[in-house]
Amino acid sequence: MARIGVFVCWCGSNIAGTVDVKRVAEEAAKIPGVVEAIDYKYMCSDPGQNAFRNMIKDKNLTGVVLAACSPHMHENTFRKAAIKEGLNPYFVEIANIREQVSWVHEDKGKATEKAIDLLKMMVEKVKRNKPIEDVRVPLTKKALVIGGGISGIQAALDIANGGVEVILVEKEPSIGGKMIQLDETFPTLDCSSCIMTPKMVEAYQHPNIKLYTYSELEDVSGYIGNFNVKIRKKARSIVEKDCTGCGDCWNVCPMHKNVKSEFNVNLSERTAIYVPFPQAVPLIPVIDRSVCLHYKKGGKCQKCYDACGPKCINFDLQDEIIEEKVGAIVAATGYDLMENSLYGEYGYGQFKDVVSGLQFERLLSASGPTEGVIKRPSDGKTPETIVFIQCVGSRDPEKGVPYCSKVCCMYTAKHAKLFAHKVHGSQSYVFYIDIRATSKGYEEFVRSTMENDGAIYLRGRVSKIYENDGKLIVKGADTLSGNQVEIAADMVVLATGVIPKKGSDKMAQMLGISYDKYGFYTESHPKLRPAESSTAGIYLAGMAQGPRDIPESVVSGSAAASKILGLFSKSEYEVEGTIASVNKTTCVGCFYCQRVCAYSAISKEEVKDRSGNVLKIVANVNSGLCTGCGACVNACFSKSIDVRGFMDEQIFAEIKSLAV
Amino acid sequence: MENNNTEKNQNFSDNSNNGITAQNKEPRIIAFVCNWCTYNGADLAGTSRMKYADNVRVIKLPCTGRIDPLFVIEAFKKGAKGVLVSGCHPGDCHYTSGNYHSRRKYTAFRDLLNYLGVDISRVEFSWISASEGNKWVSVINDFTNKIKSLPNNSDIFSKK
Repeated sequence: MARIGVFVCWCGSNIAGTVDVKRVAEEAAKIPGVVEAIDYKYMCSDPGQNAFRNMIKDKNLTGVVLAACSPHMHENTFRKAAIKEGLNPYFVEIANIREQVSWVHEDKGKATEKAIDLLKMMVEKVKRNKPIEDVRVPLTKKALVIGGGISGIQAALDIANGGVEVILVEKEPSIGGKMIQLDETFPTLDCSSCIMTPKMVEAYQHPNIKLYTYSELEDVSGYIGNFNVKIRKKARSIVEKDCTGCGDCWNVCPMHKNVKSEFNVNLSERTAIYVPFPQAVPLIPVIDRSVCLHYKKGGKCQKCYDACGPKCINFDLQDEIIEEKVGAIVAATGYDLMENSLYGEYGYGQFKDVVSGLQFERLLSASGPTEGVIKRPSDGKTPETIVFIQCVGSRDPEKGVPYCSKVCCMYTAKHAKLFAHKVHGSQSYVFYIDIRATSKGYEEFVRSTMENDGAIYLRGRVSKIYENDGKLIVKGADTLSGNQVEIAADMVVLATGVIPKKGSDKMAQMLGISYDKYGFYTESHPKLRPAESSTAGIYLAGMAQGPRDIPESVVSGSAAASKILGLFSKSEYEVEGTIASVNKTTCVGCFYCQRVCAYSAISKEEVKDRSGNVLKIVANVNSGLCTGCGACVNACFSKSIDVRGFMDEQIFAEIKSLAV
Repeated sequence: MENNNTEKNQNFSDNSNNGITAQNKEPRIIAFVCNWCTYNGADLAGTSRMKYADNVRVIKLPCTGRIDPLFVIEAFKKGAKGVLVSGCHPGDCHYTSGNYHSRRKYTAFRDLLNYLGVDISRVEFSWISASEGNKWVSVINDFTNKIKSLPNNSDIFSKK
């Protein structure tokens, strides 16, 4: 027989001002099964919680209902208090009579009726609760980090320094991501490769980090603490352990003028056997089989093989599939830049001297195609006037990117500044919409570009760029003065917007995490759980979540790492017990539940007799994967699956209690 | 006790016997909402002290994907004059796809409701996110007004 206790909270005048709490308690006392109902001024106060605990103890309660604020406020508080009195925490239910009654209604009579109704529903629900035990799952204390950019490296290093093994997977032949392509970084102008390469080497040499470059994630299955991952290690055609990175192979490759360098964003060429850049980590070349003459011409060319001292080139190497078991995953897959060709009016691709921000970055870089001397791509002359255009592919709903790419204001100011430093007497113009310089030292940095480096900032858009007599004529509007302007420039740099990495949607589907309409991964909560994905055990870092700068990427990498170290500090992981369970006696094995489950939490289980013969196959819920959404319950024809805490019986009882 | 007047103020109108009865013609509406988006949206309306019609009784579920069409029929059987289903916007479901299951089920379920004699406009389907307290208010108010304006509120299983 149920013995239910009821508390009606006043919340000072917040509830008691609009709801007649005394009458709610009186009505509650009349409900069958309720042994005591009292009203109390502040239930969440210490004396309130003591009253709650005392009633459980004194009246030997089997369930408690509080009519109080939203369960999202204090459900946990009272569940914990119930545990202290030996009552299963799921036998505490809350009727929300503050956020959904007293604060939204004015008629005291009607508000009180509604409060009584909500309370009755919860009493009927709690009567039908079953004890729910939280589920414990074992943890494999090893982490996988996808993406070897700055956020991925930071996450891997932090986890590894915490004494946990890490597998770091990078798609490209070297780690370093986009950051290693940058020249100097705002707002301090420290050189990107000077601060990045030590981190790359540290990750490479760390005893707890296993690095797979030129490798891609092939498959992920399992759940928090117990993920099985398959990694495709693409064939480099190099026996890595023998390679010394001497460079004899790529120096003799005949394909030295035909392939555009991805690292230099098409501003230079590379060979077919190549390292993407001189400080690559690991410094091991890879043969690009799509262009290598050995593969294209039936094995005729083997110049690199002949030049290689340690004979570590093996043209017959195949992709390897590596299987690993990990307990947590960090998705730090990074970003791409938007296609500038979407902006036909700027002539990108048509005029050689219209370049993207990342290309300009390479032109500035000492390791770039011009060794840090700014030369225009068309004729190699040093430009004297450069026009920078901001928001190319940002804040433009018509191009599908209504969001702000966040870093462009700052890197454009940096470009203009470095241009002034490198080419004395030069002039830069910046077309902008708004200047967003909101972090530490950023506003000062932009100011100094304007005031000390003479960059002229024009608020407005560029309508057209055309070539005339070796110059690029930039036509635009200066909306502050109201004038049309025309600038004859030697170069134009487009501050290209940020979009998610190509294939990030496929990656999200493989990982089972959610992503937004652009393809950026979605946080479990945008403010309070920014490092977690929607799937337990999978964490997010870097630009894969949305535009952010280097410090924010580093922070997010560290945040993901600290979440994982926290997770791994326990011996087992506790999952809330409000998950689905199967009645194996009535289950007929149709597996409609499996079809609707978004988490692949339902597997097949054989029911055997004593001599081991299979009697039937039924559904089984993997408690590590199930999130308790309840989609399976409605798919079940034989009513053999139910979600604890939200069982059919309970919900029907709630509806019945409302009978008019 | 700082709120003496709350204790005294126990006078109720005559028809106060447990809920809104058929006599006073205030239709009862049952809302099935998900725990993550709409329930929080309704809480936000409260936190923002917005005011709306008091006809609705909310039943919280983990996800709209948990809503069995039988819940809706049961609600009508127990005297509800309207049923509101509300969850996360498409693409925002906390459980990835529960709201899609719900939407698809509703599409098929409408025909059955019609067959049962229930005017399908008595079931309202909406997406309300945790940040849309104002939308919750307008959906509740609009739906309440719509239900009040429908004929045959006394016998909803006999559509004319």
